[in-house]
Amino acid sequence: MIEWLIALFLAIGVIFNLLASIGILRFPDVYTRIHAATKCTTFGTIFIVLAAVTYSIYSYYWVQKDPAWITIGIHSALVVLFLVLTNPVGAHAIGRAARKSGIRPHGAVIDELEGRL
Amino acid sequence: MSFIAVFIWSYVLWLVLTAGTRGMLWSGEEVIAGAVFSAIIAFATKDVIGEKAARFLNPVKWVGFIVYSIGPLFWGMVKANLDVAYRVITGRIKPGIVRVPVDLENDAQYTILSNSITLTPGTLTVDACPEEKALYVHWINVTEKEPKSSEVIAGSFEKWARRLGR
Repeated sequence: MIEWLIALFLAIGVIFNLLASIGILRFPDVYTRIHAATKCTTFGTIFIVLAAVTYSIYSYYWVQKDPAWITIGIHSALVVLFLVLTNPVGAHAIGRAARKSGIRPHGAVIDELEGRL
Repeated sequence: MSFIAVFIWSYVLWLVLTAGTRGMLWSGEEVIAGAVFSAIIAFATKDVIGEKAARFLNPVKWVGFIVYSIGPLFWGMVKANLDVAYRVITGRIKPGIVRVPVDLENDAQYTILSNSITLTPGTLTVDACPEEKALYVHWINVTEKEPKSSEVIAGSFEKWARRLGR
């Protein structure tokens, strides 16, 4: 039962991380690639960590009452917190730097930042 | 005041990171060492974090952040990823950088709103201009070239950001 839950979380996480890599290959320019890379890796990693947390809680309560399992769970949950806080900021910095060095968005219907940065 | 804010944040982080040294709780040595190290860190970084950081010690705000991140933000991320999946597979994009006027007061609110926008469907914050009260957002599928508010881009996130960062 719990194995199926963990497998489901891992499957969702891996599929979305794979989707991020396919997006990097398929999209035409740097901004759309950042879209794929940021959103999908953040979301996929959340689910992979969720699988780790589920596994550690399950192991603590049903396999062995070892506090090391709790430590593993808490530390992996903190990884999600830091990832969600830092990943969008990194994407913003890369996107802004790209626009500042004059890279136009591919096939843009509107570009309000033209000549502003 | 900012000393207390940094001290409490680093002490909470220390306690969370070291949970499980005695049974599921903390041993006495860990608690004391944590207080010492948090005091050192708080003394070193109290000028970096700013005077107004203490307002985030309000527990009502923590509940707000938890509700926000589990509810609207997570749901937004689910929709964002299904949207990206659709666009990766079909390749149907219509990108552009649009100017979104927002009505926010301080930097914390801008940070919350632009991070939320980056993580939610089809949008990526490229530049934030607090002085002209606008965000410049790279939108993967432009449906409205000059939005009057952030409603079409971010849904209810501007309301949440205004409330949480106040």
